[in-house]
Amino acid sequence: MAHASTRRVLPGFGLSLGYTLIYLSLIVLIPLSSVFFLSAGMGWDRFIDAATAPRVVASYQLSFGASLLAAAINVVFGLILAWVLVRYTFPGKKIVDALVDLPFALPTAVAGISLTAIYAKNGWVGQFFEPFGIQIAFTPIGILIALVFIGLPFIVRTVQPIIEDLDVEFEEAAASLGATRLQTFRRVVFPTLLPALLTGFALAFARAVGEYGSVIFIAGNIPFVSEITPLMIITKLEQYDYEGAAAVAAVMLLVSFALLLIINGLQAWTTRRAGREG
Amino acid sequence: MAGGVAVRLGAHAGAATRFESNIATRDRSWVKYTLLAVGLTYFLLFLILPLIAVFVEAFRKGWETYLASLTEPDALSAIKLTLIAAGISVPLNLSFGLAAAWAITKFDFPGKNLLITFIDLPFSVSPVVAGLIYVLLFGAHGWFGSWLQANDIRIIFAVPGIVLATVFVTFPFVARELIPLMQAQGRDEEEAAVSLGARGWQMFRRVTLPNIKWALLYGVILCNARAMGEFGAVSVVSGHIRGETNTMPLHVEILYNEYQFAAAFAVASLLALLALVTLIVKTYIEWRASLTTSEESSS
Repeated sequence: MAHASTRRVLPGFGLSLGYTLIYLSLIVLIPLSSVFFLSAGMGWDRFIDAATAPRVVASYQLSFGASLLAAAINVVFGLILAWVLVRYTFPGKKIVDALVDLPFALPTAVAGISLTAIYAKNGWVGQFFEPFGIQIAFTPIGILIALVFIGLPFIVRTVQPIIEDLDVEFEEAAASLGATRLQTFRRVVFPTLLPALLTGFALAFARAVGEYGSVIFIAGNIPFVSEITPLMIITKLEQYDYEGAAAVAAVMLLVSFALLLIINGLQAWTTRRAGREG
Repeated sequence: MAGGVAVRLGAHAGAATRFESNIATRDRSWVKYTLLAVGLTYFLLFLILPLIAVFVEAFRKGWETYLASLTEPDALSAIKLTLIAAGISVPLNLSFGLAAAWAITKFDFPGKNLLITFIDLPFSVSPVVAGLIYVLLFGAHGWFGSWLQANDIRIIFAVPGIVLATVFVTFPFVARELIPLMQAQGRDEEEAAVSLGARGWQMFRRVTLPNIKWALLYGVILCNARAMGEFGAVSVVSGHIRGETNTMPLHVEILYNEYQFAAAFAVASLLALLALVTLIVKTYIEWRASLTTSEESSS
């Protein structure tokens, strides 16, 4: 058995790979390709018309803008939460740690109606903003709130393991050389966390751009003001405008694929950096 | 991708006291308490408050309304459909996950990384697009629309469409838990079993399965939570026919849009309970898996 690794010793290669490829094609690849075939069949002019109609462009601006902002907010507070979870002891820490994953587990529609109830003008939080004339639910701010909720675990769960694996010796060396804690954080800790923070940012952003369930209840869905891009697809489908829906979906898919490539690159960078310094 | 960050089963945080007792890694107490206050306030405001609100709103009109909202026929049929969709899509994606992980981690072949990227694809697709693609294929004006109509087969606005959309959005869950773990475990144990004369199925049951059981369970739990809670994709293909094509999340939407808030939140509270149970089981699995790794590393 000297050449065991070059010969296939283990059974089931053909069966498992064949099954994988057929199932993947039937469920994912062939259905996804329909978007591009339909878009391609429209011809360039009609595709551009459908994909860049003013109402659709307004939805891109809102979806991408709100998603970027939500991911940025989560980078700051997610980092703080991850830091607190790794570095400090406090009562209830295990429960907090477990509940950080709530947005992964809670169905988006449930999050949507619940956030709407809280941030409506008579809600638990919304009532404090109402006297200042600030409406949260049914405005773009509400969309931002929902996207912050949905994105939080992505940042915490990407950064947390990196903080756990931080080599304490670097901080000790910095301290022994007379650096303050703030200097140590800025010059030693933060650069190590940066790839993970960017990965988390990209993951949260990618999720937010496509998010539908948690946003749709709190958004108000006013054309040109608070319509997100996924809603545009639904609106076009309801008018039986399959081509229009496919055109917008093609734009969204291309953005998702680009983000997927960026995220893969960022993750490779994270692993390399962790490997080099760990 | 967007369904979850790669989970590190078995890796567990050491006690934070080792940082707090080390002068080089200890933050000043005002820094510590400020960060704690900011982090936990954020946590309360964005995560805990929505969770509590679901239950408070659900019981706003008392137990009787709550129970009535859960036991009326449309709610029961929504619960039933949700169980059917999860009951079909979880086993399908479980067997796919096992097959994909087996092929990818136990054999070498070209294009492996591309295959892994394709498997993750459904996580980066918006749920609405996930629903749309099946409408483009099977809808009345879709590729197979007229053929399906001629043969009197309904997929869109019917149960098969809901199952398909659910299978799509939960596609990678099991595979992505198994692949990194089985990659790390290598092929030696299985190869030893085969060289000792074990048949394929025997080897899988006695050698592979015990090694991957926690990751497998983990993937199934997350897959199930998403299958029961999916909204966007299912909403596109469902047609929202009451008592026929409404899953629990869609039923929540209908009740909410009809201003039956207490009933909407009552059904939502069941889904929130499902989420809590999922998180509890998940935490338990992480704990068990960390025990297994520490046993292995100490022996």
